[in-house]
Amino acid sequence: MNHVDLPLWVTIPGTLLLVFGGLLVLIGSAGLVKLEHFYARMHPPTMGTTLGTGCVLITSMLVSSALEQRPVIHEILITVFVVMSAPVSAMLLMRAAVYREHRKRPEPTQPLDDIGGTIPPRD
Amino acid sequence: MNAVFDYAAWFASLCFVLAMLCALVRLFIGPAAQDRVLALDTLYINGMLTLLMLGIRSSSTVYFDMALLIALFGFASTIALAKFLLRGEVIEP
Amino acid sequence: MKPTPGRWPIALTCVLVVMWLLLNQTLALGHLLIGIVLAVLLAWATRYLRPLQPRISRPWLFVPLLFMVLADIVRSNIGVARIVLGLVGERKVRSGFVRIPLDMRDPHALAVLAGIVTSTPGTVWVGVDEGGKRLTLHVLDLRDESEWVRWIKQRYERLLMRIFE
Repeated sequence: MNHVDLPLWVTIPGTLLLVFGGLLVLIGSAGLVKLEHFYARMHPPTMGTTLGTGCVLITSMLVSSALEQRPVIHEILITVFVVMSAPVSAMLLMRAAVYREHRKRPEPTQPLDDIGGTIPPRD
Repeated sequence: MNAVFDYAAWFASLCFVLAMLCALVRLFIGPAAQDRVLALDTLYINGMLTLLMLGIRSSSTVYFDMALLIALFGFASTIALAKFLLRGEVIEP
Repeated sequence: MKPTPGRWPIALTCVLVVMWLLLNQTLALGHLLIGIVLAVLLAWATRYLRPLQPRISRPWLFVPLLFMVLADIVRSNIGVARIVLGLVGERKVRSGFVRIPLDMRDPHALAVLAGIVTSTPGTVWVGVDEGGKRLTLHVLDLRDESEWVRWIKQRYERLLMRIFE
């Protein structure tokens, strides 16, 4: 697959980061399917967007720096962009979900006992 | 050591593809519209990571630009969809 | 009322130049010049979009903030992974909304806090009420509400107030 032998300072951290990041992203997306309520489902995909993406991008930087024999850091652009944009979309989605929930159930109900099954307090 | 790294790269790609499948499941079954938008958000992040893994495994940098474009358009579309759920229109006068 | 442009956005211009150079992966003089021209034009075009200018009094405090956020992200990633995998023992995981009274008023500090809270798995920012006095969070693993209030106030709010005020 790789035609060049990668040095050890790439392969050892790269292997660890890829396994860790892959597991994190998979667990995050599994939580998206598994958890019961929408508000609880908001949380697990964040694992993939923060640490999962970070792990893969660090590995990508290491590999391309080793291949081109100079520091390659343009992957940091994706990191910065994802780090800045993911919270914005999550917040807007949360706000949309709260708004739709309020419209559906105008009276605040008793908190349910399952994960996240409560209606948010109204201001 | 290179072989171990290749296995790790395969493993990570497999994880990302399975994660995309999970997001697809939520996209199809999601009871509410916001579930589907959240699934789409997860799906584009996972797709971007799969592309980056392709770039790592084939030792080329052309996939970087595609990943950046996916990140940009995915963000814009998630924002547009969430805004539509919130107000019923995307660009307000 | 016609909005007045603030002072020249120096930081935005510098970031745009650096972004151009990173995208082209070069430090050549020609690309540097094109980048500077583009950055100045774009900064000029967007100068009416920012009515508020941030006042950052202690910028060096962003460094400990960054490390704190990284440590929290790693820790809460592990916590959320345990909940998804069901490794919490017999305990029933309860999640819900927390209200936190705020002393911060600076909108930029609130924006930074919102970004930090949302990019940490396990907590999502829901919103602040009218006067910016109370903040609502959704927490996945809600054991003790007063613990979360103390966590946000002591760990982040104090540091952000020192940075922005």
